[in-house]
Amino acid sequence: MRDKPILDPEFSSIWTLWKNGQIDLTTPLRSAGHQDPKSVREVEKYRPRRSREAYSQYVRRSTKLYKIAATCLCLIFITVMLLTVANLPPYGDPNAPTVNEVSERYLEEGTDETGAVNTVAGMILDYRAFDTLGESFVLFTSVCAVAILMNLSGKRQHIKHTKELINYADDMIVRGVCRFLIPVILIFGIYILLNGHLSPGGGFSGGAVLGAGLIIYAMVWGEEQASRIFPAKTVRLVVFCSLVFYCLAKSYSFYTGANHLPSAIPMGIPGHILSGGLIMPLNVAVGFVVCFTMYSFYMFFRRGRL
Amino acid sequence: MTQIFGNLLSNYEDVVAVLLFSIGFCVLLFSRNLIKKVVGLDIMDTGVFLLLASRGYIAGRHVPIIVDGITTAEYYINPIPAGLVLTGIVVSVSVSALMLSLTVRIYRTYHTLDVDALYMMMAVNKGGKP
Amino acid sequence: MMTAFRIILLSSLVLCAIGTAIVKKPMHAIIIYMAYSVIMSVIWILLESPDLAITEAAVGAGVTGILFFLTLHRINLIDKDAEHDEEKKAEEEADHEG
Repeated sequence: MRDKPILDPEFSSIWTLWKNGQIDLTTPLRSAGHQDPKSVREVEKYRPRRSREAYSQYVRRSTKLYKIAATCLCLIFITVMLLTVANLPPYGDPNAPTVNEVSERYLEEGTDETGAVNTVAGMILDYRAFDTLGESFVLFTSVCAVAILMNLSGKRQHIKHTKELINYADDMIVRGVCRFLIPVILIFGIYILLNGHLSPGGGFSGGAVLGAGLIIYAMVWGEEQASRIFPAKTVRLVVFCSLVFYCLAKSYSFYTGANHLPSAIPMGIPGHILSGGLIMPLNVAVGFVVCFTMYSFYMFFRRGRL
Repeated sequence: MTQIFGNLLSNYEDVVAVLLFSIGFCVLLFSRNLIKKVVGLDIMDTGVFLLLASRGYIAGRHVPIIVDGITTAEYYINPIPAGLVLTGIVVSVSVSALMLSLTVRIYRTYHTLDVDALYMMMAVNKGGKP
Repeated sequence: MMTAFRIILLSSLVLCAIGTAIVKKPMHAIIIYMAYSVIMSVIWILLESPDLAITEAAVGAGVTGILFFLTLHRINLIDKDAEHDEEKKAEEEADHEG
């Protein structure tokens, strides 16, 4: 057993230490809080069936075998994929099979049927709205999963070395620049969000930019302040309401479409901001989900809670 | 020869996409550090997006935003692959976040990010043959 | 002209990817990954998809990079907490014996 703690960053790797017999890998399990007597007894009862040298030789040989097998697999993979890709149609070919009647329909009658000038936004929020709904649910699920994994319990929430956490708000330059920069970022994000059906952008892009703005606000002015403005209840409520609104709005569209009823939502004049039927509200809903997803990732990684 | 190697010398994006996918795959297989494995997975993701979106490009045509009332389909590129990739980019960040949180939990229990050491520690923890 | 620009961007993409494979420290790999993301964003513009360019710039170089740095920071803090605990235990044992 060495007298230096196992976490000393000077040593090159735990693997070399273990090979040279300098550490005993059962100790981290005891110091990491596994005070359960049953597991401690199980660990101490274990005796390796081979000597350390034989075992390290075995591991070295299997590592070499792994490297050789992995190299062969990668080379075979690259060759097969290159041969497959070689038979794709040439770059920028207008006669490619992917340019078919579906894209013609989306381009020629997209503006009349959806009311959106940006055909990509019209496509993902009108013709293929189901995919976007599924994607919003994926984002929501990942936030739930990260919340479960990163949620520190009780007394472990307060990080002991508070002087290690750099407080960016003390720095005058950072604070001065961000005082000017953050409103510009937030306004730009809102602009991308609201103009999703008229110019490039939409829900995902606008939400990502808004989320980045919120992250930098939380970084510079402190997480306490940010969590006072966006408490956990607000974030949960907004994300939940956005998803429910998306479901209800699209259910209405499916209902009227499937039964050939005229939809009560006005289409508007293409090119104006209040046009495209449901596309602008849906853009806002998706943008909120994406924005609060990015913000929640930051808060959970930083603090363990929103 | 041209039958096998076909369009490899003119479809640069497809070749680069395949190369990126395989480089990401190699990083995922060969690196010992868990965080570099996550970076490898991200590179694989962007390789796939490049392959998909390059299928929608048509030479000489414009961005699929209707301008000046020109609604003929010969004036714009194919908008469908761009819509698919847009969803994919945001899902890729969720996957990365989830994997990084798993890494933090692993580190909290085992205090190492080295895959070989983790394997040995987990085998010892289970009490079975390493 | 545009073909030369395309070739330069695509080859620098491959070089960045190889770079992340070669460097030893994960911190350096993350920084190279952020540069790779920005180059990718320019390639999306060349492929006439501005929606993808905005999203990739905001998400790839911005949010994913931040998440990686936060992970490294949190791992460092876990290390420091464990060291702090061990030092405290050693002190307590020394006090107890003394």
